[in-house]
Amino acid sequence: MELLSGADMIARFLKDEGVERIYGYPGGAALHIYDALFRQDSVQHILVRHEQAATHAADGYARASGKPGVVLVTSGPGATNAVTGIATAYMDSIPMVVLCGQVASHLIGEDAFQETDIVGVTRPVVKHSFSIRHPSEIPEVLKKAFYLASTGRPGPVVVDIPKDMTAPTERYEYVYPKKVKIRSYNPVTRGHSGQIKKAVDMMLKARRPVFYTGGGIVTGRASEALTDLVQRLGFPITTTLMGIGGYPQGDRQSLGWLGMHGSYEANMAMHHADLIVAIGARFDDRVTNNTSKFCPTAKIVHVDIDPSSISKTVRADVPIVGAAGSVINEMISLVQDREPANPEALGEWWKSIDGWRAERKGRLYEPSKPGEALKPQEVIEAVYRATRGEAFVTTDVGQHQMFAAQYYKFAKPNRFITSGGLGTMGFGFPAAMGVKLSYPQDDVVCFTGEGSFQMMMQELSTCKQFDVGVKIVNLNNQSLGMVRQWQDLNYKSRHAHSYMESLPDFAKLIEAYGFTAIKVTTHEELAPALERAFADTNELVFLDIYVDPFEHVYPMQVPLGSMRDMLLSKTERT
Amino acid sequence: MRHIISILLENEPGALSRVVGLFSQRNFNIETLNVAPTEDPSLSRLTVTTVGDDRVIEQITKHLNKLIDVVKLVDLTEGNHIERELMLVKVKALGAARDEVKRTADIFRAQIVDVTPSVYTVQITGDAGKLDAFIQAMAPIGILEVARTGVSGIARGDKLLTL
Repeated sequence: MELLSGADMIARFLKDEGVERIYGYPGGAALHIYDALFRQDSVQHILVRHEQAATHAADGYARASGKPGVVLVTSGPGATNAVTGIATAYMDSIPMVVLCGQVASHLIGEDAFQETDIVGVTRPVVKHSFSIRHPSEIPEVLKKAFYLASTGRPGPVVVDIPKDMTAPTERYEYVYPKKVKIRSYNPVTRGHSGQIKKAVDMMLKARRPVFYTGGGIVTGRASEALTDLVQRLGFPITTTLMGIGGYPQGDRQSLGWLGMHGSYEANMAMHHADLIVAIGARFDDRVTNNTSKFCPTAKIVHVDIDPSSISKTVRADVPIVGAAGSVINEMISLVQDREPANPEALGEWWKSIDGWRAERKGRLYEPSKPGEALKPQEVIEAVYRATRGEAFVTTDVGQHQMFAAQYYKFAKPNRFITSGGLGTMGFGFPAAMGVKLSYPQDDVVCFTGEGSFQMMMQELSTCKQFDVGVKIVNLNNQSLGMVRQWQDLNYKSRHAHSYMESLPDFAKLIEAYGFTAIKVTTHEELAPALERAFADTNELVFLDIYVDPFEHVYPMQVPLGSMRDMLLSKTERT
Repeated sequence: MRHIISILLENEPGALSRVVGLFSQRNFNIETLNVAPTEDPSLSRLTVTTVGDDRVIEQITKHLNKLIDVVKLVDLTEGNHIERELMLVKVKALGAARDEVKRTADIFRAQIVDVTPSVYTVQITGDAGKLDAFIQAMAPIGILEVARTGVSGIARGDKLLTL
């Protein structure tokens, strides 16, 4: 039997749970825990420069690895600074455990120094939260936190730890709990066989089917099974932004991603489909556009691990509650040795799709002419080539995010790391840090803009301390591009606060931290800059690339329209 | 349509706020709320009445079920059930009204549980409709104060909401 203080239990538990790295920032209420971390060397602590970055870094790691990211912050402002990152993880169903220091139990409720009711503050943006009430609870509560964060539909779990729970003088028995049971929590695994059979029968009879798959494929590690099923059936497939990489984008059956800035062919196929097979996607408003005009001729099969996602915004004809991988495998076994009943209709369907593809081929954007500013799309394509499409890509939020998703083609899951649900500016750079620390051999590229980057640029200091060699590609359009685009379209180009005056000299800023920065303003400078940037995988390089500030992201769905109502350029619409 | 949802909830600090927070967060409506411990000290029973179409009620029950502190729930209005609410009403009881209050209370099988020279406190139990009717009947006489417990309910027959 081993007697440990609460703080030592936390450090030991993290080791026993297999956690290699945590992200955090110390402060009064967390100091016992920090002291325990100091006295061990199994768990590495990465000191960020702002608690929001700790959550994004842990989140980036979780998205790349599929394992829960771990954060440690102090009470009050430490914890409230983490809230945006917790909400980001919640919206995208990312497993994360956030340990928050809290003022000592006897001070709770007295407006003590650095006291915040963080369980209350985070309640709407966590999967669950715990408050430690006795040090002896710590191992079991932490195990429950990790179990909840990483099973079922994953999500962030907050553990609030009053300072007296970690006091070095109070020691209790520590046993690592291998298993925990929560009586009210039994996440489903297998789907209902009868429903799956019904869905497969509909799939085989379909004339104009489309797979529409989301982040559930990535978190559910179901992309191999999905690829198998889709290729057996020969159906087209479109993914959500979160589902990118769940099916290889270079494949002929892939229509790219769908929704507000999705591909023309994906949105057209959805609108005209007679069967939509949705797996691990949640029909959110950035996908469906106006739900009353959504896919008027389609029957809907909806597979999701979370029953509350089914029929939330769009009614499912065949709801299936289950884990993506298990349901897909069951579908594969039912599809085996059977052929689609309407091969001619499917052939016609592919003809329509190929027609839509041909309509837009070569017309997605207008490349820059000599002497003109670079187009952001060109830059993404150049980075794609420079990294052979194999990098981990994180993004911030805005036009550059959409361009990255459109023009960097992903063959594998867990490679495109973006804040899809919450749309958190500032996410990309710390997320890239979290990925790079765990995948040091890989290129990790953060596409950002000068707006987003300035929200988290203090993390350059963290990169300096821990030698984190991410590549930052700043698509500098000297404005908040997406805001400006909406103002162009909806506010007669009244650019209220969407310009970026007084931009810093990014090169000097980066150099102040001892890193390399390259400013690119012309076509000719781009290729050598990329070559230099990717010469050494482990060197942080910042590319400040000036791009056309007037470029818009297209296609763009028309507000309140159907899936097929899109602006295709500044002058064309469907 | 009005629904009565009964929930077995972990008797944990903060559990109630998760349920209540869910309703405001998701723009669901709470008409009445009633919560108390059960015979099992680890569980509270919470009963909420809410209004919504089938789609909304489906979302409410699904989201409630997702809460880790919710152990089990039932929509009582899906089957035969008993609905009860308790109300205490203070009414002016002066002169002729004293008899009128007493008579009306008798008609509703209510009891007068406290008396002063000018005020009767009436206790009445029933479904929400009966309580509303009693308020209507008493209004002309002069209601001073109303305290309702919110609806509680249980399924008829062998059906149980237990672990």
